[in-house]
Amino acid sequence: MRYLLRNLGFYLIAFWTSLTLDFLMPRMMPGDPVSRMLAQSQGELQPDQVTQLRHLLGLDNRPMWRQYLSFVHDVFTGNLGVSISRFPTPVTQVIGSEIGWTLLLGGTALLIAVIAGNLLGVLAAWRRGGALDSVFPPLLVFVGSFPYFWLAMGALYLFGLTLGWFPLNHAYDVTFTPGFSAGFITNVISHLFLPAVTIVLVSIGGWMLGMRNTMIATEAEDYITMAEAKGLSPRRIMFRYAARNALLPSVTNFGLSLGFVVGGALLTEVVFAYPGLGYQLLSAVQALDYPLMQGIFLTITAAVLAANFLVDLVYVRLDPRVRVR
Amino acid sequence: MTAAVTTVSQTAAGSPGPTRRRKPRSLLRGLLGNRKAMFGLVLLVLFVLLALLAPVISPADPSQISDAISLPPSAAHWFGTTSSGQDVLALTLWGSRSSLLVGFGVGIAATLIGIVIGMLSAYFGKIVDDLLSLFTNIFLLIPGLPLLVVLAAYLPPGQGTVAIVLIVTGWAGSARVLRAQALSIRGKDFVAAAVVTGEGALRVMFREILPNMASVVMTTFLGCVIFGIGAQAGLEFLGLGDTSTVSWGTNLYWASNNGSLMTGNWWVFLPSGLCIALVAFGLAMVNYAVDEITNPRLRTRRKG
Amino acid sequence: MSNLNTLLDIKNLCVTYRGGARELRAVDGVSFSIAEGEVLGLAGESGCGKSTVANAIMRLLKPPTEITADALHFEQRDLLALEGRKLRSFRWREIAMVFQSAMNSLNPVLTVGEQLADVFTTHERMGRREARDRSADLLRLVDIDPGRLKAYPHQLSGGMRQRVVIAMAVALRPKLLIMDEPTTALDVVVQQEIMAQIKGLQRQFGFSVLFISHDMSLMVELSDRIGVMYAGRLVEMAPARTIFTRPLHPYTNALMNAFPPLSGPRVELTALDDETRAAWSSHIPDLTEATPGHWVAPTPEGSHA
Repeated sequence: MRYLLRNLGFYLIAFWTSLTLDFLMPRMMPGDPVSRMLAQSQGELQPDQVTQLRHLLGLDNRPMWRQYLSFVHDVFTGNLGVSISRFPTPVTQVIGSEIGWTLLLGGTALLIAVIAGNLLGVLAAWRRGGALDSVFPPLLVFVGSFPYFWLAMGALYLFGLTLGWFPLNHAYDVTFTPGFSAGFITNVISHLFLPAVTIVLVSIGGWMLGMRNTMIATEAEDYITMAEAKGLSPRRIMFRYAARNALLPSVTNFGLSLGFVVGGALLTEVVFAYPGLGYQLLSAVQALDYPLMQGIFLTITAAVLAANFLVDLVYVRLDPRVRVR
Repeated sequence: MTAAVTTVSQTAAGSPGPTRRRKPRSLLRGLLGNRKAMFGLVLLVLFVLLALLAPVISPADPSQISDAISLPPSAAHWFGTTSSGQDVLALTLWGSRSSLLVGFGVGIAATLIGIVIGMLSAYFGKIVDDLLSLFTNIFLLIPGLPLLVVLAAYLPPGQGTVAIVLIVTGWAGSARVLRAQALSIRGKDFVAAAVVTGEGALRVMFREILPNMASVVMTTFLGCVIFGIGAQAGLEFLGLGDTSTVSWGTNLYWASNNGSLMTGNWWVFLPSGLCIALVAFGLAMVNYAVDEITNPRLRTRRKG
Repeated sequence: MSNLNTLLDIKNLCVTYRGGARELRAVDGVSFSIAEGEVLGLAGESGCGKSTVANAIMRLLKPPTEITADALHFEQRDLLALEGRKLRSFRWREIAMVFQSAMNSLNPVLTVGEQLADVFTTHERMGRREARDRSADLLRLVDIDPGRLKAYPHQLSGGMRQRVVIAMAVALRPKLLIMDEPTTALDVVVQQEIMAQIKGLQRQFGFSVLFISHDMSLMVELSDRIGVMYAGRLVEMAPARTIFTRPLHPYTNALMNAFPPLSGPRVELTALDDETRAAWSSHIPDLTEATPGHWVAPTPEGSHA
């Protein structure tokens, strides 16, 4: 319990830090961002937008602390401002329409990569020196060395353009109406396939190698020797004794690497024009839509922190030593 | 008994106490004998040479626009040309300079920050450690790329911005690893002995703790460089870097922007991405090897 | 050596670690045997090879270690020839082992009950409920409340953990129990409890014990015979009382006197000087029978003083 509460407190502090960062960033920028935006939009900004911007960026002559308080208040009441590039849609609405796709893509890819990666790692460690152990890790490390977006581009080119097996962009063809029909779902899957596979390929090497190394370290523990002395079958030792313990550092690492996976997913979205938060973030940046940018950043941060908390819950379940009364 | 066989007692009588310094020479020797390390090192040296010699061996000025638009690889242009007539080989060669420079620069900076934080945490302990760890963990948790993107959007574009932004998002990883290692060495007896005999703080940190962390510092550094190169490429690909410089990332940015992908000009985006991968792979191989050498359990057992 | 029903027979056991350029002989030509119901103590300092002997018997050593012996027989069966499934079913049923640190030999993420039941479900193909009942019986055997089946290792005290491990070892009523420094990690009071427990169980079930320790006084209490090892070789082997009252080898003497007496005048601790150690480490000769049942390795000077 104490472990969970302590972590929760920590996540709240982390969120508060990103909040504050979010608040400070526009105010610390050199130059006048509003004029920059005006210049970029070539005078197309409406007065409403300008006022909104000034308010957002703290250029409207209110004392700093008051700005901060209203900012925090706004965030916690779900008011993330109004998007400039899609004026006057509120930021929360824009985000809400996109977050589902990111979750779908990221979630699917993550699950596959984690489960497959860890299983491969366990097997590789168990058969030291075998094909799995000597060939796969370097191979997967090599594949993982490629930047996400490059692999995505390659996959898009090869399978989408040249071979025409998969659609080139977006989450689904506009000819379909969203719903739970079989046709729609298959279409979604065909659009999802390439981006998801890209993410899986790049990240799976890390999981496999990490689990493999942890397993090897675990195998040196005394309780494994004891389990062998007891005459238990190799499979039981591998799973109930070794893997079960090696899982613990894996779970911890999973939480920490969520941030990276999010990054990778964002880049992949850009390449495939997949309408998720990443793609949205980039277009917001290009349009200098600061409210939307900040809103997305906060959302992603909150999501990662929440996911970390979930991971902590799982960890407590797995490691009895942490459940101190 | 043959001379090669030693009995247990000799080793038992001969051990003086907890080993103090893992000789850097043996690590180097280990690396040179390790196939993975050699492979990685050769790759890296190759790229560094190419980067240094780029002005000399490049077939053309990379920013030179010409009429030879979108040509596939040929004898005249080994890697073909872009949609604005620039020679891709030249772009790739010149791009290595910026990518490697920023990559290694970020790697060094992030590692140095990590060392400082790690040692401060380990030596002073308690409150200093708590505060520093909190700070580190927060930055570890906040997702990197979104932060990167937002920061880059706010700051004026340029190489300096890219470097700063990368360091801000990258230091936490090295800090965490180095702190853990420093702490574990701090707990060893010889450090306690040094403190008790009155060695000053700086001396303890740099002459007792740091030398024993050498291999971890090395792996951390390599990891940071990988991060630097990859993150820089990512940032530039999104158009948030300095689009006027030539680097592998910006090459890919222009390739994507000019629709080379969609028009099937694969030769424009292939080389830069491949280079990033090769450098990252080389670094990873050296890393892998350092890990294996310092942790004998990870070595693949030779059969027979 | 006595001939009544030899259980374990070891002749010229050698264990070699091959580490690339170097070779290390951890155990060099050790021979002894254990009879049914006998308690044999194996004494020596850290690094003398006694744990290696135990691990060799249990076949727990992994490459690049090499085990060779003229004979490594258990009840006439060649232990070195066992592999795979035969080895696994042999283990624990015939020979079981109690490791030094119970905390480290218990799986931290499984309950005590699950780890006890493991033995039954593997070797006797029992169902879960029956295995659980048998596990409860085992705990009662070592004076632990069966309610503790649901506890995790870190929730038990050091002494309790050691008793759990001992209970686990006798689960299948093996004929030989190897105990590798079972009390070293415990404080003196708990040590006594554990020794009493072991004695009680040995009397109750009549298994043989190979008791390994560096604490001579502890061993003399329990053992019938004691063997002293140094640098991978046996230097003396005799009935416990004899070793205690009339040690013949200088090393045994030093070992016995390593613990200063709590009362009486202050005496200097006996220790071996580096010269002697160096002289011995090159070659310790085979044991010769000094008096009936009392075997000693002759010291280089030729005398046994």
